[in-house]
Amino acid sequence: MTPVCELSALQPESGVAALLPDGTQVAVFLTHDGQVHALGNIDPFSGAAVLARGIVGDRGGVPVVVSPVYKQAFELSTGKCLDDPSTAVPVHPVRVADGIVQVGSP
Amino acid sequence: MTRTLVVVGHGMVGHRLVQALREKDVTDQWRIVVFAEEGRPAYDRVALSSYVDTWDADTLSLAPHEDPLVELNLNDLVVHIDRDDKVVRSMSGRAQPYDALVLATGSVPFVPPVPGRDLPGCHVYRTIEDLDAIRATVEGAHSSGRHAGMVLGGGLLGLEAANALRGMGISPHVVELGPRLMPLQVDEGGAGLLRRLVEKLDLTVHTGTSASSIERDGDRLIAKLSNGTELDLDVVVFSAGIRPRDQLAREFDLAVGERGGIVVDSACRTSDENIYAIGECANIGGVVYGLVAPGYSMAEVVADRLLGGTAEFPGADTSTKLKLLGVDVASFGDAHAQTEGALEVVVNDAVAGTYAKVVVSDDAKTLLGGILVGDASKYPVLRPLVGRPVPGDPVSLIGPAGGVELSLPNDAQVCSCHAVTKQHIVDVIGSGEAVDVPGIKACTKAGTGCGSCVPMLKKLLSECGVEQSKALCEHFEQSRAELFEIVRVTGITTFTELISRYGRGRGCDLCKPAVASILASLDNGHVLEGEQAVLQDTNDRFLANLQRNGTYSVVPRIPGGEITPEKLIVIGEVARDFGLYTKITGGQRIDLFGATVDQLPQIWKRLVDAGFESGHAYGKALRTVKSCVGTTWCRYGVQDSVGLAIELELRYRGLRSPHKLKSAVSGCARECAEARGKDFGVIATEKGWNLYVGGNGGFTPRHADLLASDVDTETLIKLIDRFLMFYIRTADRLQRTSTWIEGLEGGLDHLRAVIVDDSLGICADLEAAMAKHVDNYADEWRGVLEDPEKLARFTSFVNAPGTPDPTISFREERGQKVPVLLGIPEVVR
Ligand code: SRM
Ligand SMILES: Cc1cc2nc3c(=O)[nH]c(=O)nc-3n(C[C@H](O)[C@H](O)[C@H](O)COP(=O)(O)OP(=O)(O)OC[C@H]3O[C@@H](n4cnc5c(N)ncnc54)[C@H](O)[C@@H]3O)c2cc1C
Ligand code: SF4
Ligand code: FES
Repeated sequence: MTPVCELSALQPESGVAALLPDGTQVAVFLTHDGQVHALGNIDPFSGAAVLARGIVGDRGGVPVVVSPVYKQAFELSTGKCLDDPSTAVPVHPVRVADGIVQVGSP
Repeated sequence: MTRTLVVVGHGMVGHRLVQALREKDVTDQWRIVVFAEEGRPAYDRVALSSYVDTWDADTLSLAPHEDPLVELNLNDLVVHIDRDDKVVRSMSGRAQPYDALVLATGSVPFVPPVPGRDLPGCHVYRTIEDLDAIRATVEGAHSSGRHAGMVLGGGLLGLEAANALRGMGISPHVVELGPRLMPLQVDEGGAGLLRRLVEKLDLTVHTGTSASSIERDGDRLIAKLSNGTELDLDVVVFSAGIRPRDQLAREFDLAVGERGGIVVDSACRTSDENIYAIGECANIGGVVYGLVAPGYSMAEVVADRLLGGTAEFPGADTSTKLKLLGVDVASFGDAHAQTEGALEVVVNDAVAGTYAKVVVSDDAKTLLGGILVGDASKYPVLRPLVGRPVPGDPVSLIGPAGGVELSLPNDAQVCSCHAVTKQHIVDVIGSGEAVDVPGIKACTKAGTGCGSCVPMLKKLLSECGVEQSKALCEHFEQSRAELFEIVRVTGITTFTELISRYGRGRGCDLCKPAVASILASLDNGHVLEGEQAVLQDTNDRFLANLQRNGTYSVVPRIPGGEITPEKLIVIGEVARDFGLYTKITGGQRIDLFGATVDQLPQIWKRLVDAGFESGHAYGKALRTVKSCVGTTWCRYGVQDSVGLAIELELRYRGLRSPHKLKSAVSGCARECAEARGKDFGVIATEKGWNLYVGGNGGFTPRHADLLASDVDTETLIKLIDRFLMFYIRTADRLQRTSTWIEGLEGGLDHLRAVIVDDSLGICADLEAAMAKHVDNYADEWRGVLEDPEKLARFTSFVNAPGTPDPTISFREERGQKVPVLLGIPEVVR
């Protein structure tokens, strides 16, 4: 697990990008209920590393992030694309210890 | 055996006959040969005036007859009928035998015998070619800086012609021989109001007089009126009535009415049993109808008769609704109370600028007719009630509060252009064939003529329980406009409060940016303040435009496209120092591409220090106000278009709206700034400015409509303030002004009533809202640079600020950096 930032650096209902030691980019999100999620940052539909900059919200009650490029929604807890169920992004394990957000490899 | 039908004339009625016969003649009994004098197939003459909006004749086209049994000969006038041998001869020398002959020759404009009526610059108003000729005259006059015109005739067509001239930048005189405007349709009270309303639109009305002569003096025309007035003009349009084209009947001995028109019986047959006459050339029951709907019924009658039927002309509804000049005028049924004992009930509201009259039977129980001026919104409900019991007190029909809720009987005709009853419409809605207005149009043709029944169609849809959802998304049942009102009235300032009180769930990529935009339109501080930041789409979140490789573009504001060499150099230096791809945009400014999130604040620091501001290329906000060089340099310019463009751009910069807003100012009618392609466009005139609204490029291009002409700068800005604020309050999410105006009930007329005549009494409020925006404007990028908390969000990686995104790389093309296309990664499947 790699420590990436303090929990206080996250704004509720939004994401930030972080770089893991092996060069992988992760998108770390904080939802309104205080839960932290981490997904791969690369948007599979454009190839751009931008998922952290998507809008966080819900689709039918399921928490999602919506890619800022072509607007597909990805489920925060599973990485599944709701608009194209054959596509998903990697889910990274994540935990908060002593106010520090830590992310692992999928 | 196939018989031959010859049709003389391919106007709207001849066209309808061919269509109706081919639809009904399932066993191909008739082959049809049409002779047409005009060089193009029939077109929508009723909509002729709209030709001046686009100058694109295709928009008037009627459905072509793609049918091997129909032969259409254009440019070929029929000159001879040999009734004994049943042969017609045409100008081209062709002899065409017929089994049945239909005359659909229409009418010609009546030009009173005024000396000088044939001079160049004098026109009639009937065909596309007439309008082209008027345009050529007007353009000639404009190039010498002049714009005076006269329309002879103050009837329905005369006012249409006057409006068309206004659209071409002419301030017309309207000369009417009768004592009032539209004497056929409107009574004295209505005409008085009509006159006041059209005079506000820069028309000069002369009634009770006519032109006694027209003379040419150099390049102008001098018209003398019989009351002694002399007018100095560039263009004259005769619109003094029409005369049926009955020459063929006269020459070849068919009965002709005392006042013209080919006499026909109720089967539309002339005095020769093999010859029919329909449309404006026919005299049926002693009447020559100058409207298309009776002509269409005649065409249907003849189609039926040719196939052995017994249809008879059912009589005609001569109700009319004038939809031009921004003034509603409607007249229906026995408008002049000619029925024995008829009673009139009038509500004449000089303050609101509306006049309404209903005519009822002597016992006040039956509606006979009526006149509406200034507001004809009740026309679609009242007209079908003619001849039926009045529900309640007659005054309640036209009273201010809208009166009793009127439900139409099932057999009432809703669309008079296409004779469609309420029953027919309710049937197609009930069977699910039509779920919206376009669906009803496709199934029944209702609403595809003059369009005045469209509000009624919407009403019938909702009466049948079909409601088009206006919900913003799954989180809000309200439309954007409704949410705007909620936020405005409650003073709510956060998304969280709004969704917890008025919505459900957590929100999404549809409602969050829409609410962020509403909050911003209502001046809730910086767009990245507090919770607002997380509502924004990435472009607004980083105040830059996202590109395909995850980088952003930077567009500093260059108001009106005017820029000093020093500032150009700054942009060049910034682009060079940060290695940005540079391009001139279509909006008269410069776009710098390829900046990473970390670079954005550094780039903007340099730009802001040099006096630049955000150009809002990323926002649903004012983009650019393009300008042409105008009177300062251009030898044709009549106003300072650059000065005005800069003033407007600075006034409305930063204004958040339902979609982006674009504008332009041209210094003269040559229109080099393409103002009519913009949401609000301004074109200079000799006397001031013409304001156009609702233009669009993009996916569905639309030319903007003229909203006001020859206004001074102060009035212009006031009108734009109101227009923009009204749009911001009432449009849907991502609805440009073009589709907003098209969707407005009552269309442009309603818009003009609201923002020019203040019919809703909200103009002061709209202006105050804009004044607040102007006062509170602050540059968004400066706001970020001055606030360390906002600045901190501009980092690629929260744990490695300053480290560039390793997926971004560039190559070189034509001496500049461009993105290396990203491979789409292997995805988990
Ligand atoms: C940069 C520019 C093209 C250029 O290199 O010239 C441009 C670029 C984009 N246009 Fe545009 N448009 C540009 C002028 C235009 C024009 C011409 C004009 O403004 O005079 C039009 C037609 C006029 C109009 O809008 O009515 C135009 C019609 C569109 C449309 C279609 C809008 C419509 O109503 O159908 C879109 C899509 C949208 O907004 O939904 C669009 C969207 C876009 C977006 C934002 C697409 C996107 O999401 O990436 C492009 C990104 C801009 C960027 O990254 O900076 N752009 N775009 C022009 C910027 C002008 C400026 O200085 O602000
Ligand atoms: C500007 C304008 C606005 C109008 N607005 C309305 C409105 O709002 N509502 C409404 O109901 N009506 C309106 N009208 C009237 C409506 O357009 C006419 O009632 C309708 O077009 C009549 O159709 P028609 O086929 O009888 O005649 P026309 O459309 O005049 O067609 C007759 C055709 O026959 C051709 N022709 C004539 N003689 C010969 C010949 N010997 N050989 C070959 N061809 C010949 C003519 O060139 C012409 O093309 C408007 C008219 C104008 C000009
Ligand atoms: S529109 Fe502007 S630049 Fe074009 S001719 Fe007129 S004044 Fe000159
Ligand atoms: S009444 Fe004219 S289109 Fe329906």
